[in-house]
Amino acid sequence: MQRGLLGIEGMERADIELVLETAFHMKEVGQRDVKKVPTLRGRSIINLFFEPSTRTRTSFEIAGKRLSADVINFSSSASSLSKSESILDTAKTLDAMDPDAVVVRHQVAGVPKRIADELAAPVINAGDGAHEHPTQALLDLMTVVEEKGRVDGLCVAIIGDIAHSRVARSNIHGFLTMGAEVRVAGPPTMIPARVEALGVKAARSLREALDGADVVMALRIQGERLSGAAFPSIREYAATFGLDRAKLRFAQDDAIVMHPGPVNRGVELSHDLADRRPSVILDQVRNGVALRMAVLYLQAGRRARAQEPR
Amino acid sequence: MARVLIRGGRLLDPAAGRDEAADLLLQDGRVAAVGRGMEAQGAEQVDASGCWVMPGFVDLHAHLREPGQEYKEDIASGGRAAVAGGFTSVACMANTAPVNDDPAVTDYILDRARQDSPARIYPIAAATKGLRGEVMSEMSALVDAGAVAFSDDGKTIMDSGVQRRVLEYSRLVERPVMVHAEDCGLVRGGVVNEGAVSTRLGLPGNPAVAEVVHVARDLMLAELTGAHLHVAHVSTAGAVELLREARARGVHVTAEVTPHHLALSDEAALGYDANTKMAPPLRSAADVAACQQGLADGVLDAIATDHAPHAVHEKEVEFTAAPPGVIGFETALAVVLELVRAGRLTPLQLAAALSSNPARILQLEAGRLARGDPGDVTLVDPERRWRYDPAKGHSKSRNSPWAGREFTGRVVVTLVAGELVFHADRGVLHP
Repeated sequence: MQRGLLGIEGMERADIELVLETAFHMKEVGQRDVKKVPTLRGRSIINLFFEPSTRTRTSFEIAGKRLSADVINFSSSASSLSKSESILDTAKTLDAMDPDAVVVRHQVAGVPKRIADELAAPVINAGDGAHEHPTQALLDLMTVVEEKGRVDGLCVAIIGDIAHSRVARSNIHGFLTMGAEVRVAGPPTMIPARVEALGVKAARSLREALDGADVVMALRIQGERLSGAAFPSIREYAATFGLDRAKLRFAQDDAIVMHPGPVNRGVELSHDLADRRPSVILDQVRNGVALRMAVLYLQAGRRARAQEPR
Repeated sequence: MARVLIRGGRLLDPAAGRDEAADLLLQDGRVAAVGRGMEAQGAEQVDASGCWVMPGFVDLHAHLREPGQEYKEDIASGGRAAVAGGFTSVACMANTAPVNDDPAVTDYILDRARQDSPARIYPIAAATKGLRGEVMSEMSALVDAGAVAFSDDGKTIMDSGVQRRVLEYSRLVERPVMVHAEDCGLVRGGVVNEGAVSTRLGLPGNPAVAEVVHVARDLMLAELTGAHLHVAHVSTAGAVELLREARARGVHVTAEVTPHHLALSDEAALGYDANTKMAPPLRSAADVAACQQGLADGVLDAIATDHAPHAVHEKEVEFTAAPPGVIGFETALAVVLELVRAGRLTPLQLAAALSSNPARILQLEAGRLARGDPGDVTLVDPERRWRYDPAKGHSKSRNSPWAGREFTGRVVVTLVAGELVFHADRGVLHP
């Protein structure tokens, strides 16, 4: 397993399988009466969040605590431009305190990589701009394996704002590496340039994307773009790309519906679809903790072993 | 004044169409004689065997940052870096602080240059006051003070009415208007070329069409007004095509291309290194090929560095927040020499793009090596191997995409007005 987890792009299939396998073991821990194991006792993990996040930070925090690691949350909403300390200085300062792993989220693509280049500790990307969100893609893969028993040969449709979505990019790389077919669909203004170069098919309509799909993933329309000019109105978006049970009929009968959350109800998903099967949104959240436990174990645990006396 | 005899080299004088073995005698700051087997009693001898003897390079687009941003560069350090890269004449852009939109600033730059710079410095004045794209600057007074061209470089005059006036009025002073052609509404915060690379990186894309649309507009306005339009740092195949058509129609337009747009594609940005962030951005491999072809065809006249120094701490931030631009004086020749080795350009074409063409565009007495011309000479050893380390360079800044890169071919000697100002083994020789 590579040191650090910056993205799914370029990750070996065997490594993805190792993470998923470990995550299923970790899930069992979360089902115990006492949801805690001593695996990372004495290790410290810093959650370095430059962008507000409740869900992902909480998920990483619970994951670290269930492994008995000391979890320190460091939040800073400002960019280098608006404060006197650069992101690299912040990161180097924290690194000097010898954490065993640093979890980084930033609103600009590439920042976790730049930080990783400077740090001794392994860096786990918790989402960088519109680039990658690797733990989200891994927990999505875990959820699909749980539901379908496999990923290989499945057909996955990713719907919505592909251009601005790190979830889409990580999932595209992840599902392709694991042998699935991936289609994307959304308003043409939200499909990034040369998207086929990623290995996906750009469908011309929602119906074409859903046709025969086993997995349908709706992406969140980011709040700041709800009022933006990339589509004419929420009403039009919901009518053309919002999922409901009627549109879902184009997919396989046993298709599942995923969403990285939080759902804009009535926009990406109809109200009843958001709450009930075939949507698996809360399973994704539940698996998120187990998956992040696996990643922290594989990253922070390995460094701990490497530091043992020779 | 001392006499200098440059012996045994291959003389490349594009203005005279001359590519032959010849010696060059400099006296009183000028070329005194050109010929073979020359002897000159008492003259300082420069051994040019194995070297190309070229007119001193003319850079028609650089940022020297003085006044106002001396922590990035100043006229002294920029001038030293220039001669170390073979540039004997440098035109500096107006986006200083204060902006060079007033004859007093032009005076100041020329005064600093006289005292501090081993290279000749030619100020480019702002086309509009404060680079705001609203009210045109006092072109006549600025030309009287020594400005050689007008440009709001770094910014784009989006108001077509203002741009028309600027072009129209520039005919009074008969100086080029140099445009940074990017439609701001299409750039929209884009920081890398829009395409497969921006999609992979998840960074906002700056589409090639942002440049093409703007070049199209300015070519129309140049045609309407009859002014001399100069398109800075051309980066797209589309702009090269439009320039080719406009030239054929007889529009008075010239254009430059940078070494980085000739040598690097957007894939260089895949590691999020802010030293690969430029404006306009590095483009696709097809755009790079079109720029190379445009240079070979003469559609693009000149190679300009767009030398844009920024401090290390300014580049060590989020990719979106980093200022665009790279330094370029000391690597320019080595980078573009690859095009000669690849058979895309002849040595004489390269010399023209680096000296006689930019000199013609700016109406400078430079870029030629006939008897009586200024004694500005650059010697290039095309086979010399070296490794570029920006920390050891002469610029105050280090923002280069070529740090640590091995090159074949470098500038070995630079003379300005018949005086040795740079020697590869001795460094910059200037008080």
